[in-house]
This record gives sequence, C-alpha cells and structure tokens, in this order.
Amino acid sequence: MRDRELVIVGGGPAGMAAALAARAAGAQDVLLLERDQHLGGILNQCIHPGFGLHHFKEELTGPEYADRFARQVAEDPGIEVSLRSFVVKLTKDREISFLRPGALEEVKARAVILATGCRERTREMIAIPGSRPAGVYPAGLAQKIVNMEGWIPGREAVIVGSGDIGLIMARRMALEGVSVKAVVEIQKTSRGLVRNVVQCLEDFGIPLYFQHRISMIHGRDRVEKVSVVKVDDEFRDIPASGFELSCDTVLISVGLIPENELLEMAGAEMDRKTNGPVAPEVNLTSLPGIFACGNAFKVYDLADSVTRDSELAGRAAARYLGLK
Amino acid sequence: MKRLMTCIECPQGCSLEIEADGTRVISVTGQKCKRGDKYARQEVEAPLRTLTTSVLTRGLELRMLPVRTSKPIPKEKLFEAMEGVKRLVVTSPVKAGSVIATDFLGLGVDLVACRALNKI
Repeated sequence: MRDRELVIVGGGPAGMAAALAARAAGAQDVLLLERDQHLGGILNQCIHPGFGLHHFKEELTGPEYADRFARQVAEDPGIEVSLRSFVVKLTKDREISFLRPGALEEVKARAVILATGCRERTREMIAIPGSRPAGVYPAGLAQKIVNMEGWIPGREAVIVGSGDIGLIMARRMALEGVSVKAVVEIQKTSRGLVRNVVQCLEDFGIPLYFQHRISMIHGRDRVEKVSVVKVDDEFRDIPASGFELSCDTVLISVGLIPENELLEMAGAEMDRKTNGPVAPEVNLTSLPGIFACGNAFKVYDLADSVTRDSELAGRAAARYLGLK
Repeated sequence: MKRLMTCIECPQGCSLEIEADGTRVISVTGQKCKRGDKYARQEVEAPLRTLTTSVLTRGLELRMLPVRTSKPIPKEKLFEAMEGVKRLVVTSPVKAGSVIATDFLGLGVDLVACRALNKI
C-alpha cells in the first residue's frame, strides 16, 4: 500500500480548489481522484452563465469556470490526477481503495479531503402519488441528458420545485422547443435566485404556481398528465382548487443531499437530517485528518462559495500535515 | 411611467425602480452597483441575453460541446439563434474560447466554445 501525503476524492470545483490551495500551502504530493473521464464535476453540465462573478470578477458558464481550475491543476507537477477512478473504501486510518480501469489501487493517505458533491432528492422522497410511467426525471439528470448527451426528454414538461436547477431547466427546455407548462412550488416563495425566476421563467412566459403541489402523476407507459392542487399555509389541500396539466415529462427539482457514503463508511459522525458531517466548523469531520468540503459538507447556492470554502479545506489539510 | 424589475446581472437580484418615458429612461433606483443602472437602461431600450447552449460534435471526446455567444444578443433573437445552433456540427478539437462560428447569423457576435474537447 503506497503512502500519499494528501488524497482528494472528487475533481469538481471543491476538489480542484482544495488541491490547488493545499499545494500553495506547501503540500508536495497530492492525489486527486475523479470518477468521470474529465475534471469539473457538475460544472460540466451547468452550461448556463452565472459562475465566477465573485472569484474571477467576470461572468462565466460552468464549463468555463471548471476549465480555469482544470488547467491550473493540469499544469501543477505536485498534483497527480487520476481519472475514471472510483473510491470504494475509506477507513478512519485513511486507507483508501479505488477502482480505475483495469486495477484496484490501495493507498494510505496522511490526510484526506472528501469533495464528493451531492445527489438530487427524488420523486420518492417527496412522495408524489400516482403511477410510475416513463418521463419522470430528476431535473439535474435531465440537465445532463440535454446539455451533454444531446437529447430532449420530452415535448411538454411540468417542473416540480422552483430551486435554481428547476428554473434553469425550465429555460433550457423552453429554448430547445419544449413546451414548459408550469413550475409548481409548494412553498410561498422560490428557493432559487430571483434573477433565475426573472430570466428563466418571465423571459419565456412560464407560469410559476406558488403554494401548489402535484397531487398525482397520471399515465400508463408514459406520463400523460399531472393533477395540481393549491395548498394552505399548513400544506393541506384546498378543496376544489385542483386542475390538470397535460404533459409527457415531469422534472423533479426538490433539493440536494450531500453524498457522504465514504465518510460514513469511515465511521464519522453524521447529521441524519442534512447528511452532512457533524462538525464544529466548516470542512471538518469528527475524524482527525479527514476533511469534507463543497457540497459534500453542505449544499451551496454558488460555485464561487464552494471555491472559497474549499480553499480553506486545502489549507486546513496542509496545517494538519504540519506544513506552514 | 414607473417600471419595476429585478436586475439579473448577478445573484444579488436587486429590485430596480425605473422612471421611463417610453423607451427613454429618466432615472433608475434600487441598484447596489453600477451594473444595475446599465442593465435597467438596456432592458427598457432593447433587452439583451447571452445565449448558452450545446452543439453536436463528431469524433470528439464528448457528444456535445457547450457554447455561448461572445456577447449578449437581442432577446427576441434567442429562438432564431437556437435554430442556427442546431445546424452546426463541431469536428475539430477546441479549447475554451475557440470560435465555433464568427458573426453568428449576422448578429455581430461569435459563437464560442466553453471548454476544451479533444479527438477521441
């Protein structure tokens, strides 16, 4: 088992920022593990602008924001990037097993930073009744399908939840010629940025229903329609307020949860409500020498904030290693 | 005539109040920075948006290449621009910033790659 100074799991904005900051703070031997074939993580599918206003003082798309960091990482001789590398095991003593094409590698790290991002909450987690036809997608998956795979999931869509991903996908689908019937939000306000409500919905005349929920998804093989009902302040259905929207696609955008299986496997104390680590301050876990940053630590609104906090994680790991 | 709008220049989303006579802006208030003033004036006169989308590739690492217009284009041209994008196929390797189409559809802006893509 080879000894490494610092191993970072995840090559998205968090992992890249942590790697570069750890190097700047004196780390000599950084191994950056990424399961995809490219660095960049979720930024690769976030092709809309709105990134970098804080960090670079200019507005970039997600891929451009990722590209700036990926180039710095690639040019840094102290960072070894291992792509298509999927970590399957982490112990509290910082032993890491990862799969890469043709090999199972094992390393022992003096410090570990987990930058594993988050996952989408699904239809099952908000319990929308109805049948289980094709055409129900988590909004982020639909984003990948449209922006990276190049196909359109349907012709008429209803979006559940007005978080940023839902709003951005409403615009994206509308631009691709999909008829976006409505965004349905159970709360009184949008969890997304106001600018996204304006430029994603108002620009395209897409209705946004606050205090409404989908009470049923209909369809046998494919989604045929959804039932929508208005709710009161206690989220109880208001009688006789229901209506139907015909559609063949439902996108679910109801929040994200940190992805922390590795941290759990290592035995760290977890917050069951958020799925983030229990920690006295940002980027720490209950295990010495194991850090978590970016959306794996807590779900952020802006990639720029992920970069800022993940740089702190890189420096914290360097301090733990006795550097500087 | 008073108009209310939300600035979309950055995530702060300032609430702007615009005093305008038709498309002639008299005053803008509510912005926390000078971009808000500029945005409000442009929005009243002729709204502009940056188009971001992705273009089909052939023989490159990924099936789709994310692209953007080098500058914002008139909002009412967005769908026409999307039609134009659908006719393109990128077959040569690109870097972030590589121009995919110059003076795209005669709009006076270039279509620019947002990431690097190499041959398979």
